[in-house]
Formats: sequence, structure tokens, C-alpha cells
Amino acid sequence: MIERSLADLARALATKEISSVELTRLYLDRISRHNPQLNAFITVDPAISLAQARAADERLARGEGGPLTGIPLAHKDIFCAQGWLTTCGSRMLSNFVSPYDAAVIARFKAAGAVLLGKTNMDEFAMGSSNETSFYGPVRNPWELNCVPGGSSGGSAAAVAARLAPAATGTDTGGSIRQPAALCNLTGMKPTYGVVSRYGMIAFASSLDQAGPLARSAADCAVLLNAMAGFDERDSTSLERPTEDYGRDINTATADKPLAGLRIGLPAEFFGDGGSPEVMQLVDAAIADYRRLGAETVAVSLPSMSLSVAAYYVIAPAEASSNLARFDGVRYGHRAPQYRDLDDMYSKSRAQGFGAEVKRRLLIGTYVLSHGYYDAYYLQAQRIRRLIASDFAAAFRQCDVIIGPTSPSTAFRLGEKAADPVQMYLSDIYTIAVNLAGLPGISIPCGFAGGLPVGLQLIGNYFDEARLLGTAHRYQQATTWHLQHPDQFDD
Amino acid sequence: MSLTLEQVRRVAHLARIEISEVEADSTLGHLNEIFALIETMQAVDTSGVEPMAHAQDVAQRLRADRVTESDEVAQRTAFQAIAPETEAGLYLVPKVIE
Repeated sequence: MIERSLADLARALATKEISSVELTRLYLDRISRHNPQLNAFITVDPAISLAQARAADERLARGEGGPLTGIPLAHKDIFCAQGWLTTCGSRMLSNFVSPYDAAVIARFKAAGAVLLGKTNMDEFAMGSSNETSFYGPVRNPWELNCVPGGSSGGSAAAVAARLAPAATGTDTGGSIRQPAALCNLTGMKPTYGVVSRYGMIAFASSLDQAGPLARSAADCAVLLNAMAGFDERDSTSLERPTEDYGRDINTATADKPLAGLRIGLPAEFFGDGGSPEVMQLVDAAIADYRRLGAETVAVSLPSMSLSVAAYYVIAPAEASSNLARFDGVRYGHRAPQYRDLDDMYSKSRAQGFGAEVKRRLLIGTYVLSHGYYDAYYLQAQRIRRLIASDFAAAFRQCDVIIGPTSPSTAFRLGEKAADPVQMYLSDIYTIAVNLAGLPGISIPCGFAGGLPVGLQLIGNYFDEARLLGTAHRYQQATTWHLQHPDQFDD
Repeated sequence: MSLTLEQVRRVAHLARIEISEVEADSTLGHLNEIFALIETMQAVDTSGVEPMAHAQDVAQRLRADRVTESDEVAQRTAFQAIAPETEAGLYLVPKVIE
């Protein structure tokens, strides 16, 4: 049951082969046995999950089930869920039981999905290894001494170890795609504005976007169909006609299913940045794509090398503004002792935030402070324009851009924790996509030293369906995405 | 460029994050490494490039300025149930005006 696709699970539920309560119990049992090793979940609440499962079973019995009715899903602890502890991986919110649902949570609820649990994450989504969580690091199911990636590391570890059929994540600089790559999953960051950010705790508002983490492109399409849609409560939500993101998946197969597809290979993705083992597998995947009928063209993203620098101005600047709301007044942590109001703010924030969050808030405050704004923030926004223009030029020559997701396989716990700059550079291939606001997906493309390697596909604005279709054709021709760590089989 | 300890303390104050001397010292080192990375951006001539604030060129939507919440007492009760300190529907903080 735990290897079945979401479509197969929906069929099993519809035909009464299994009930939602049984399926939910199966996963809750797996979580109770395997989560202590992985630390993928922050909160599990079997009573709520099973009540939702019973309601889903009643809905299925009435014949009113949809593609996700009765299917348990894990959600990153960045999404507010009514009645659930919602921590964002921080001590600051370690006592925050949300009084309302995020748009994403509400949409899954309306679809009849079961909330299986809230997953661990880097504190306020600031991190690439899940080591900045107040709740402790998550371990990679493929190698417990390695990181699962971040910041959606708990969601990735949960799905990789089959503790959930699928999960949600958020991606500000690679936080869905990089953990997907490091845990052998398919993870998609949609175009900025496609999924509502309402109730999704803000990090860097011009970059944050929610998306699915799953075992295949087909499963990602099912999740994205439920997640996407206009929401007037998010001022950046885009009013667009409803679309079926699985439309390029559910078409008949051909001998050369990708004939006519032009794949752009940016020189900047194939320099000396990626480790040789990773690049070898990326090259092999590109050869597979040629066999599927795609043609490849050389493109260039000359400003991409500046993306990390620009990101570490823009994201901290926006974070310093967004996280000003955590002041110990209305919710969250308040210091037990203080002299006056100002001291209450400063102590509550000093105690509530961890080291990496503090670092970024200081960077953000500094670059926005009087006299530095033009040199940093405005310059970063101009670099951002150059990066977006590079992509626009590249997409005049190709339909999809392909390269590595991460320069290396999963690194060891603690390896980069003391060196922020090294950690930041692990997102070198993903950050530019967020700056431009484009959709991107990471899919499994092989193993190096027993650890998964991810292939990144980047599409033009609103090209999610084509990206998912392009990923799906590769997954029809390969079995990398079906591999799973065997120590959680029991 | 390089930050000074005094600047770190000043920024920490602006951000309302209490910082100990030991923390300020270690933070200074990390921030200077990060700013060395950020500085690579300064070498690029961006004159004439329009700053990009946002991924989509969309105008802010407007809405009528009217109360849309229903059952505001229940809403307030739910939201204040998780507050550190409230009284009579108000959030309490230390005395600000003498």
C-alpha cells in the first residue's frame, strides 16, 4: 500500500479495498515506529487525523469522493492549521496553536484529504539542512548521519521513508527542490502567485511559494491541482483560469513522446560548481531525454552567478520586515522577565529566535538601514532584473531548462552548520528561479555513493503542466524515482 | 567593507534583538563573511537597470473599505486565547506612558 501512487490510493479508497481510517492508521503506526529515528514530524495528533479520516470515509460512502478524499498528507509546519500547534520550527511559536487555517490547508480540507501531521523544518524556513530547527535536525532516510536538505526537510524525510504518501513544502530559495533532490523525491515550486500564501508564515514575501513534495510527477500534479487557485486574501495571488496540471501526464504515450521539445542547457549549470558524480548523472539524464525525442540547445544565464549574493540581501531584508510581528504581544513567546516594553521586545525576540534567524534579521535590518539601502537593496533588485532577463532570453530559445538541483548529494550533519556562507552556496542552482519567479521541479536521476541525485527542470511562467509532463515522461522511462530506503520497510 | 562591533550592536538594537557581548563577537565574524559574499554584487554595473521588486507585474487589487468579519467577539476570543496577556478584550503590555 505504501508504494502506491495517489491515483491508485484514490482507486483503493473508492473501491473499498481500504478505508481512509485504515490507511491513516497505517501511516500513524509507521510514524510512531520510525519517526524517533528521523525527527521528521513536530506534531502528530491521531485523534484529529482519525476524525478527519472517518469523515472522509462517510463522504466516500456517499460517492462524493475526489482525487484526494481520504488520503493522508503531511504538511510543513509553516502552514497554519486550526487547532494544530504551528511552530515554523521556532521556539518563538512553540506555544502557537493556530486559530485559523492557511489557504493550502483549507483547500486540502475541502478536498477531503486527512491532515496526518506537521513536519519539521528549518526555523522560519531559513536553512538548507534542517539543522536550524528548534525541534532538532531531521535525518536523511537514506543515510541517518546526513541532512535531508532544507528548509522542507521534514516533509522530504517523511515522504522518502514512506511515513506519508505525499507532503507540502515551501520554496523561497530552493526549500522544496533541494530536499527533494537529497531524498530522492519529486518536488515542485510553482510560478510565484499560483498558490495562495494566506496563512503560510511569511519569510521573504516576494519569493515564498508553496508546492508539493511527492514520489512522482503524477502525484505532484494531483497535489498542485488541489493547492493552486486564486485567493483574494493573498494580494499576490493571480487570477487565472483553473487548469489541470496533469494534462500533459494523462496523454497517450508515443515512441518519442518528447519529440519537438527544446531543452536548454545553460553553460553556467555545467561549469565547475557541481561535484563530478552529480554532473555525470545529470549528463546521463540529458542523454535519456534525447532518446525520448527532445533536442538540446546551449543557452546562457550570465548573471546567475550573482543570484546567491542578491538573494542574501533581498530575502533577509524582507524577513526583517515580516518577522517584526513577533514581538511577544499578541501570540508566541514572551520573555518571562523584562524591565519595560522595549526590553520585552528585545528579550522575547532574543529568546524566541535561533542563531541563523537572528543573523538574517541583522543582515536585513542593516541593508535596509539609512544610508545603505541603495548600495544593497536597490542593487540586489537590479541584479534580480538581470537574472529574470537572462531567463527570458533563454526561453526564447528553449521550452525547458535542465541542470542539477544541488551541487552535491546530502552532506553530513554538522558539516556546514558552522559556516553560513558554505551553507548558502549549496542553493546556487535553485535561488535564481525564485528571484525570477519561475516554476521549477526536481526529479530523481540516480545515486552517487548510495545517495540520491536530483535533476532540476525549470519552466517559463505558468508552464507547470509542461514541466510535470516532461518530468513524467522521464519517470516512465526510468526507475530512479521508485527507489526507496529499505530500512523502513517493516 | 567590514562591519564593526558597534554597528552590530546598533543593528541588533534596531531589530530589537538583545545581544550579549559574546554573541556580538561571533555574529560579527559571520556577518563579515556573508557581506564578503554580498559584496560580489557591487562589481556589476547596473546603471539603467530597472529594479525588480516582484516576480509578476500586477497592480495591487483594491477592495471596499468595510468590515467583512462576522461574529467579531468569537473571533477576538479565539485570537486572544493564545495571547500572553489580555484583559477585557485588550492586549496588555508594560506601561508605556508614565
